[in-house]
Amino acid sequence: MNELPQQLANGLILGAMYGLIAIGYTMVYGIVQLINFAHGEIFMVGGFGALSVYLALPSGTSLTLALPVMLLGGIAVSVLVGVAAERFAYRPLRGAPRLAPLITAIGLSIALQQAIWKWYPDGKQARVFPQFKGRALDILGATVQRGDLFVLIAAPLCMLALGFFVSKTRSGRAMQATAQDPDTARLMGINTDRIIVLAFAIGAAFAGVAAVAYGLRTGEVQFRMGFIMGLKAFTAAVLGGIGNIYGAMLGGLVLGVAEALATAYVENIPGMQQFGGGAWKDVWAFVLLILVLLLRPQGLLGERVADRA
Amino acid sequence: MTALLEVEDLRVAYGKIEAVKGISFTVEAGQAVTLIGTNGAGKTTTLRTLSGLLKPLAGKITFDGEPLGGVPAHKIVERGLAHSPEGRRLFPRLTIAENLQLGAFLRKDTAGIDADIHRVYDLFPILGERRKQASGTLSGGEQQMLAMGRALMSRPKLLMLDEPSMGLSPIMMQKIMETIRELRSQGTTILLVEQNAQAALSLADQGHVMEIGRIVLSGSGYRLLHDESVRKAYLGED
Repeated sequence: MNELPQQLANGLILGAMYGLIAIGYTMVYGIVQLINFAHGEIFMVGGFGALSVYLALPSGTSLTLALPVMLLGGIAVSVLVGVAAERFAYRPLRGAPRLAPLITAIGLSIALQQAIWKWYPDGKQARVFPQFKGRALDILGATVQRGDLFVLIAAPLCMLALGFFVSKTRSGRAMQATAQDPDTARLMGINTDRIIVLAFAIGAAFAGVAAVAYGLRTGEVQFRMGFIMGLKAFTAAVLGGIGNIYGAMLGGLVLGVAEALATAYVENIPGMQQFGGGAWKDVWAFVLLILVLLLRPQGLLGERVADRA
Repeated sequence: MTALLEVEDLRVAYGKIEAVKGISFTVEAGQAVTLIGTNGAGKTTTLRTLSGLLKPLAGKITFDGEPLGGVPAHKIVERGLAHSPEGRRLFPRLTIAENLQLGAFLRKDTAGIDADIHRVYDLFPILGERRKQASGTLSGGEQQMLAMGRALMSRPKLLMLDEPSMGLSPIMMQKIMETIRELRSQGTTILLVEQNAQAALSLADQGHVMEIGRIVLSGSGYRLLHDESVRKAYLGED
């Protein structure tokens, strides 16, 4: 079990989820310099959206058939909540002191968690998420559960699509312009309000994909799942260089792999036996963050921000 | 015939501080008009209000026969008013070509856009040579050329230039001013804001001198250039 290929596979699966969620933090920050701390909950509601779709399907529907619809359902709920958060919670606070949207984000987080807790049927407990049946697969010496294949396929596809969108389409170009200089973007005729909504929507859609991956991997969704995943994804975004979409995915993968390796191998280091195992994995994740912030404050792929003229 | 741009008793404030305290002026089609004055006179504030980045406190702006009050910035460029802002404000991580493309963001005529990009390259050959280079790596003068080229890409009825000579070497400044002169002779209507009063007045049909939010003197470029008080205050003569 403690073989390297297995640990790398675990790390990449977890890291791809972090990376997908991290995209939402990084895109919103890149455009409006806002840390949307409710993004973890936007991820969480996507999980419940996908589950609801599954429960609404006739029982006995195969998961392979259900998955695309569940994915759409999860994305739809996340996007709806994400866009509503922008419109009704953050937009009225544009131009307000930075603390105001931050506190709003925390409030929104708690509200979304409590809404699921109170109103989702049996939302107070973890709800069982459907699982793929069948034996695990052997890939390059690592045992990979069938459900985990989803994120290993979805994450690269999402990144390719996003890369194409940002660099090749008109809206993507407008998004880059808005991130670099919003006032001047408006002078070009770009409706920056629309671009901000778009950034929230894309980030939320990716969180919805990640939520389905999370459900498939852990076999459950629950109202608190957004907290630690959101925190890790935010760490990944900072690690990769906040504002940089490729950095977000890279940061997620690095974080996931670092966690997996630390969990497996730290206990083998003489004198460190007591710091090994799963209980310490979050500690190692944040140690990594601190190290990167000390040695490379702009993150792995971040650029040093030059002052605007 | 009415003027292309009519500004009537425009007032703009930042919070409680009024930066523009009721100014009126017009720009006729085909003219070059300049606003000169020292730092803090309200010139940049005036341009930013005309292009919709700032909301006026009071006053009336009429452009091409239509009121501009309450029109958001991204709709104003659609009406034919382009603004090359103070400090160039290029998109530094995008290439020269991409910056020019963004200048034509609202246009759909791909062929026309390509032709206009080549016109900009003809006007400033250095930009054509470096079209794939990130604009943030250009020199100040090259950035200014790109900023002007980008503003021209919307095929504006009125081109507003804010401090195009700022921070440039004398040679580069001359090149930029010559270009403005050339654009004007091709029929582009220009509203030019400058601290370099000599250069601005010598190419302008009309000039207005601004001091702490007010227009204190107006006249033809030639007249202001030879006005004794202007010479003392802005052209460094005693």
